[in-house]
Amino acid sequence: MKRKRKIKAVILMTLSIVLFALYFFPFVLVVINSFKSRLDIVSNPLSLPTSLTLDNYFTAFDTMNFMTAMWNSLIITVVSTVLIIVFSSMLAYFLVRWKWKINGIIFMLLIASMIIPFQALMIPFVSIYGNLGLLNSKWILMFFYLGFGLSLATFMYHGFIKGIPLELEEAAKIDGASRMQVFWKIVFPMLKPITVTIVILDVLWIWNDFLLPSLVLNSEANRTIPLSTFYFFGQYTSDFGAAMAGLVLAMIPIIIFFIVLQKQVIKGVIDGAIK
Amino acid sequence: MYNEKKLLDKLKVVFSFAFIPLFAFVVVIILPLILGVAMTFTTWTGFSGSLFEFKGLENYLTAFTDQGFWDSIKITVFYVLLTLVLTNVIAFGLALLVTSGIKGQNFFRMGFFTPNLIGGIILGFIWQFIFSRVLVSLGEAMDLAIFSASWLADPDKAFWTLVIVTVWQNSGYMMLIYIAGLMGINKSVLEAADLDGANAWQQMLKIKIPLMIPAFTISLFLTLQRSFLIYDVNLSLTSGGPFNSTELIAMHVYNDAFLYQNFGSGQAKAFILFIIVATIAITQVKIMKKMEVES
Repeated sequence: MKRKRKIKAVILMTLSIVLFALYFFPFVLVVINSFKSRLDIVSNPLSLPTSLTLDNYFTAFDTMNFMTAMWNSLIITVVSTVLIIVFSSMLAYFLVRWKWKINGIIFMLLIASMIIPFQALMIPFVSIYGNLGLLNSKWILMFFYLGFGLSLATFMYHGFIKGIPLELEEAAKIDGASRMQVFWKIVFPMLKPITVTIVILDVLWIWNDFLLPSLVLNSEANRTIPLSTFYFFGQYTSDFGAAMAGLVLAMIPIIIFFIVLQKQVIKGVIDGAIK
Repeated sequence: MYNEKKLLDKLKVVFSFAFIPLFAFVVVIILPLILGVAMTFTTWTGFSGSLFEFKGLENYLTAFTDQGFWDSIKITVFYVLLTLVLTNVIAFGLALLVTSGIKGQNFFRMGFFTPNLIGGIILGFIWQFIFSRVLVSLGEAMDLAIFSASWLADPDKAFWTLVIVTVWQNSGYMMLIYIAGLMGINKSVLEAADLDGANAWQQMLKIKIPLMIPAFTISLFLTLQRSFLIYDVNLSLTSGGPFNSTELIAMHVYNDAFLYQNFGSGQAKAFILFIIVATIAITQVKIMKKMEVES
């Protein structure tokens, strides 16, 4: 019996390691080849680098305008996420605490809108806002992310706020606090677990999003990391070393984010999916 | 519940809590939706100078009689079915593996999840390199006929590269949902089954899977939606080629509208896609809600 269990453990472990290798070999190969010269890659992409050179990284870093792209991605992701958190939580609070008839309708509309795919909106979206000259701005893009991210976040906050007893707020009300003060000082801090979940989901979504920024941001100076990777890779398809280095650079920030916040990311993804 | 008595106070509440988010919602979602409907029935394209003349169902007819559209739908449906089954079977298997009590469970979970952190554009490029360089060179070195030419250059095999990359990307995400489902099963139920002499296979079929229906509902819903609407991996891995053999529906809509400037019929196709996805997703969730059981 004991032996049988041991054999089983060994088999499961071997299987896990094999699968892990299958999942990870693309990343490993990209990293290895990012240090090699073009000729080395063409002759054998599976060999280890003969000499360690960072030239590919310098080429990629400059041509991709990596710092600019990084800054654009960072500011767009952070500001959009903050906007979604601030305005969705307030809207959800309003929809839960004021039981007007119209609020029920608004909530239903928000839920129904979640099924609309971006593709069904993108064509009128581009023609209207392109025509009004509102495209090609980071700030407008952040506002668009607020619109697209609002319904899911409001829905998640709505469920959470419903569970908070009203009595907690009444005490503060007696002390003369305004509606806004009650919300920000008493209610919002209690929403922390769900806020963390929404932040994780929105950061992963906005950071990696390609289609919306590709339609909204036209100028090179505004490109985010996925956009600059796309254009860079298109130009450098034959210079594999630099192309691989570009991909590694593009992956580093989000991998760091994951390593620092592993637990929250895993929990956020699960909670976000279940709700 | 709150309710201000004076109208002015009511307006104040609406303005401070709800005005900005609702404005964003109307401008970003509702307005394009309404104008999108208008686009499909008229000559209007949103660009200055385009007229607003009623065209009836012409755009929808153009969409339905476009052979390219049907080809793309056919490929997409086949792709969705394959990725749906493969992703979920593999994700469920992975979830069982990393909850079986092996050493380093957490490490393996993180590893399988990693592809989900990275944008589809980057993932597609990584695999483009693997399929067009690494596997070809492996094929030459080991004399494997299957890898002798790049899969991306072959219309049949290029389709499979999309399936492989999608399953690779999404299975780690769905694995997390299945792990949560497995952890949610009450241990005492399984202990009782153990005492009654149920073997591992019976426990799986009769207890674990029925109790995990909610996890399957979510995971199938997400894979369905993601597969139907995939664009970025498609763009960076195959860009629809060779010979349009891998042009999935989202890319077809994009190209029709923005490349060939067919805004009216492109928008009609986008709505057809929307209706297909919504119908399938809602039906799937409804059916599966009925299958749920209490432990």
